[in-house]
Amino acid sequence: MVDGNEEEQLLRDLHRRMVRIRVFEEEAGKLMEQGKIPGALHLYVGEEAVAAGVIAHLSAEDQITSTHRGHGHLVAKGGDFRLMYAELFGKAAGYCKGKGGSMHIADLDLGMLGANGIVGGGPPIAIGAAFSNKYRGTQHVTCCFFGDGASNEGTFHEAANMAALFKLPVIFVCENNGFGEFTRQDRHQAVRDIADRAAGYGMPGVIVDGMDVLAVHEAAGEAIARARRGEGPTLLECKTYRFFDHVGVRGMGVVYREDSEVLEWRKRDPITLFESHLADAGVMSADAAAAVWLEVRSEAQDAITFAEQAPYPASAALLEDVYATPV
Amino acid sequence: MTTTAQRTRTTSYVNAILEAQRQLLTADPNVFLCGEDVALYGGVFGTSRGLMAEFGPQRVVDTPISESGIVGMAIGAAATGLRPVVEIMFMDFVGVCMDQIVNQLAKMRYMFGGKATLPVTIRTMAGGGRNMAAQHSQSLEAWFCHVPGLKVVMPSNPYDAKGLLVAAVRDDDPVLVIDNKMQLGMQGEVPEDLYEVPLGKARVVREGTNFTIVATSRMVQEALAAAEQLGADGLNVEVVDPRTLQPLDIETIATSVRKTHRALVAHEAVRFGGIGGEIVAQIQEEAFDYLDAPVGRVGAPFSPVPFSPALEALYVPNRDTIVTEVRRILGKQV
Repeated sequence: MVDGNEEEQLLRDLHRRMVRIRVFEEEAGKLMEQGKIPGALHLYVGEEAVAAGVIAHLSAEDQITSTHRGHGHLVAKGGDFRLMYAELFGKAAGYCKGKGGSMHIADLDLGMLGANGIVGGGPPIAIGAAFSNKYRGTQHVTCCFFGDGASNEGTFHEAANMAALFKLPVIFVCENNGFGEFTRQDRHQAVRDIADRAAGYGMPGVIVDGMDVLAVHEAAGEAIARARRGEGPTLLECKTYRFFDHVGVRGMGVVYREDSEVLEWRKRDPITLFESHLADAGVMSADAAAAVWLEVRSEAQDAITFAEQAPYPASAALLEDVYATPV
Repeated sequence: MTTTAQRTRTTSYVNAILEAQRQLLTADPNVFLCGEDVALYGGVFGTSRGLMAEFGPQRVVDTPISESGIVGMAIGAAATGLRPVVEIMFMDFVGVCMDQIVNQLAKMRYMFGGKATLPVTIRTMAGGGRNMAAQHSQSLEAWFCHVPGLKVVMPSNPYDAKGLLVAAVRDDDPVLVIDNKMQLGMQGEVPEDLYEVPLGKARVVREGTNFTIVATSRMVQEALAAAEQLGADGLNVEVVDPRTLQPLDIETIATSVRKTHRALVAHEAVRFGGIGGEIVAQIQEEAFDYLDAPVGRVGAPFSPVPFSPALEALYVPNRDTIVTEVRRILGKQV
């Protein structure tokens, strides 16, 4: 049990992680629409409770693997806004020297093993990090984020089987946002609950409300503790929703879903829900919450200015970092 | 090279691989082996026989038949400090783990701005000749030479098999080590201690004066036999084994061609789109003014590998195919 102060500190921490993700993503979306950020952005808005609730349990020595929708995971893991925006702009100061961009943003020092442009690319890598944690005799765990779409990729099934077989300290965190790109879940898989698939591999499958950060935090805590005890993997399915489109912002007035559905889910905005809980519990007033938003927005503006002014990579960078030992 | 004389003895290609793996496991606690049937069974080709008993199931790991899982496990382990050696039993099986090799393993360092180091070695077995048919006999090295971020090694004898594998495992980049299953019983002199054959360095296997055959893997032996036959034509053939195809030691190859003025590249893979085309292109870039004849290529015909022994014998290039092509280049009727 945590005492009152620690409990309040945790609640504030979860709130701040979610606000940082929301602000980072909304600003990134604006910059993409203004044509300032090149390429494609897959934004995490609506799903903040999942990354925040899970990653709040982790240290830098615990790893995560991420997805094409990966900014939220890195923000939650403690990502630096300046290095993140610089990467999205393709600048040399970015996390990956501007060579990865949104879909490959990573910070290995934080244990963030990379966003991934390939749906289902992450699970095999996650079990490798977990294997390494066990091999090196540590108590560290690896959290593997993936979506409902990736749960149809063979890589997920191979990794799930191997993780359970080897009792690896990995948590498969399925962010079921109801859509594989623009295809609704009931049109891409016959199961409704992806957690059901856990039984096929001999691991627990847990379903949690992915809009409720405390519920995610609690369920993830049990799965992570189990993994740290050496009892093997868990499949944690978080039912969530993507407020924006698969790529970019829009999200409403689209052919693949009704606006009414989006509005229904937006009534359960994970940050709004949590702020009303915090106010009711007397942990954080509306004014105090607003102050957090203001502070984070200022952090984002500072980082965007930094990124806009930062130089592009020099031409020589094109051929650097292909190999560790130059050929 | 060490300055003290190394103890060597004659042993087989398969024992050279086994010995390299045993010594690498002994020397570096971060090295582990994994793959299908590599542990209890000792590898279907015997390349890890006895190693699980010696090093334990934590370091010599049997996996399910899940090639993407195997390669991914190596990537995640390498990104967090280990030095995995994984076996993909037959090279043909890379078809079910190409994403992990090509999109994850090869690119991660570059995509992450140089911050990921992935010392992964993938060992696999290529080549026809054992009537294993179309899905257990291919030589697919060209696929991987085309992907920046990977290194590709094809040994042609027991000495190189051990030394190149040691160099591959100690290298901080991902390396595919492609052995040829017909060479596993080949005998040769192999030092007992650990040693490296450096990556990216070709070897002049046979010195000659007026024709160069660049041959890879098993085709080196075939090229040497062809060279003997061609002596009757008044040719003094030089045979160059690139040993590493990516990075390619074009300088050693071009130096040979500048001396001999005529060349041919021989590999077992399908000729069309094979690495031979790349080597030929680089020869004409580096040594065009020295060439007295078009540079030839020997490779398999454009079909899947057939099962029937009668057809497979026609399919896999050999000394006769090489001799015929050399004579054709020189305008001689066979």
